[in-house]
Amino acid sequence: MLTEQYGPLQKKMFQIMDETGAILSPDLVPDRSEEEWLQSYKLMLKTRSADNKALQLQRQGRMLTYAPNTGQEAAQVGSAAAMEKGDWLVPAFRELGAWLSRGVDLERVYLYWYGNELGSQFPEDVRMLPISVPIASQLQHAVGVAMASNIKGESDVTVAYVGDGGTSIGDFSEALNFAGVFNAPVVFIIQNNQYAISVSRQKQTKAETLVQKAVAAGIPGILVDGNDLMAMYAATKEAIERARRGEGPTLIEAYTYRLGAHTTSDDPTKYREDEEVETWRDKDPVKRMKAYLIGKGVWSEEEDAKLIEEYDEEALEVFRKVEASGETKLEDIFKYHFREMPPHLQEQYEEYVQYLEEVE
Amino acid sequence: MAVMNLISTINHTLDVELERDDSVVVFGEDVGLEGGVFRATVGLQKKYGEKRVFDTPLAESAIVGTAVGMAINGLRPVAEIQFSGFIYPAYNQIISHVARMRNRTRGRLHLPMVIRMPHGGGIKALEHHSESLDTLLGHIPGLKVVTPSTPYDAKGLLLSAIRDDDPVIFLEPSKIYRAFKQEVPEEDYTIPIGKAKVLKEGTDVTVVTWGAYVHEALKADKLLTEEGIQAEIIDLRTISPIDRDTIIESVQKTGRFVVIHEAAKSFGPGAELIALVNEGAFLHLEAPPTRLAGFDVTIPIPRGEHHYFMDAQRMAAGIKKVVHY
Repeated sequence: MLTEQYGPLQKKMFQIMDETGAILSPDLVPDRSEEEWLQSYKLMLKTRSADNKALQLQRQGRMLTYAPNTGQEAAQVGSAAAMEKGDWLVPAFRELGAWLSRGVDLERVYLYWYGNELGSQFPEDVRMLPISVPIASQLQHAVGVAMASNIKGESDVTVAYVGDGGTSIGDFSEALNFAGVFNAPVVFIIQNNQYAISVSRQKQTKAETLVQKAVAAGIPGILVDGNDLMAMYAATKEAIERARRGEGPTLIEAYTYRLGAHTTSDDPTKYREDEEVETWRDKDPVKRMKAYLIGKGVWSEEEDAKLIEEYDEEALEVFRKVEASGETKLEDIFKYHFREMPPHLQEQYEEYVQYLEEVE
Repeated sequence: MAVMNLISTINHTLDVELERDDSVVVFGEDVGLEGGVFRATVGLQKKYGEKRVFDTPLAESAIVGTAVGMAINGLRPVAEIQFSGFIYPAYNQIISHVARMRNRTRGRLHLPMVIRMPHGGGIKALEHHSESLDTLLGHIPGLKVVTPSTPYDAKGLLLSAIRDDDPVIFLEPSKIYRAFKQEVPEEDYTIPIGKAKVLKEGTDVTVVTWGAYVHEALKADKLLTEEGIQAEIIDLRTISPIDRDTIIESVQKTGRFVVIHEAAKSFGPGAELIALVNEGAFLHLEAPPTRLAGFDVTIPIPRGEHHYFMDAQRMAAGIKKVVHY
């Protein structure tokens, strides 16, 4: 069991691949084909392209506030790759790689950040909850979804994400406690990207690691190199299998780094040093996976450059579509509050429509 | 006299009070090192040290809850909630303790504390960043709820709030943080909490609003003036307790009343104000007192928010209906 070897109190970080893409522990490499790793890598690239494009468009004033994702692709794609079709994804707001892995189309993602609620109207076969802005509040929902699976006798597992800052919120502790008490089949993944806006991980808690919070809840936990796709996959896979066997929740701390800003509204140079960012650029999850795949002879620089170009074009194309049709329809503001619109709301809607007709 | 916008006035005012009173402490998420996501506290940690101006972990309930403890133990905490829409985890502390401590202990304990936050919408932000809490906070017995609409008022009201021996919620309209500048005296002055301000006198209709909407209402007033309607425009400034006298006096003169607010219509402050008008000026009324308020919907994210928030034209149209009733 990885959680025994790398448990919260072992003070060791689980890693399979080093920063150069070399395998440190061949016996721990998960049983997956090179083709499968390549698929995951492509999802990481797609995530990064979509992220870069969103950022670029935001700077052009075409996209609104956006939460950049770059640097955290392995933590997201690696964990999502360990999920089965019927499993549930419960996001915070910075899990682009996980969303795309689970089949959320980029058009929805962009529509959300473009400022239209229809971006959260996922296809019915995608078992994913919407973005949850109130920090850590989504973890309660994740536990509830997982408890329901238990109650209904179904074997689906729920995977939920939170950031390092979120571990300071009461909801986080409450969710872990419930999950333990009810033996809920849920995997909590902390994307510890080292900053909650400007507040560093060290100022967030005196605890040496975030994963040690699992100990108090009486559940297993593991500290993982969040920039190591293989390690993230292996740790999540083990946790999901444990949950599916009826052995309850796991807390995973993915140790990673947000290379960009918290959102496009803040300036990270105000609260962290460039040298620190540079050391983390060397640990780039995409770079190391690329080196691994090229070393295996299943990928090349040329293919890489070509695919990035394709993804970039695709992202721009998707955004153009969103830009052309992404305005919120007036009736949408009113019609989704209840199954049937109550009379007072109907009246407010009609009065406003009448006003618009009068001024036009 | 310095020329300042609303956000730099908040910063200046906190500076004034940190300097004057050693018991004042300022804290919240990103408040210290970064100086706040809107830059309200920029430079203050450097000047007053980490003991008096500091970052907290991400936990609104603990920010407000620890402020309660600090206030009990001799400090004057000024806590920042990063956005009004993030206040809900702290709502338990606010309603269960902040608002009740003096009454619960029959005066043995009181809470000289301020909770300040960016408030309201119209800034094309993500969900939960445009909330209006007028109703949710105004309804709680034991709280004072203040909202300035100009830099000058912000300084006077914030100094009153910090010096008040009871808890004050200070709502800062984020839409106008940087919208315009105004001359703000360097010296110390206060504006009393609970006093509305008549911005423009008129005889045909009383219009009451507050926060960012004050500026739209003044634009609406220009449109009305072009049509010969003389509106009296009042900035409420304090949502709770309401300045009854100023409003009743005005309605007794004009005979018509319109209240405009961002918060959803049902059960909102407009209903409260209309009740006051009915109680105090019923026989003077020439038209039904009217609310122009937010729809009873969740505030839309950016691509729909222009339907939710009113512009001057829409305000003017609503006011005209009351005048021509």
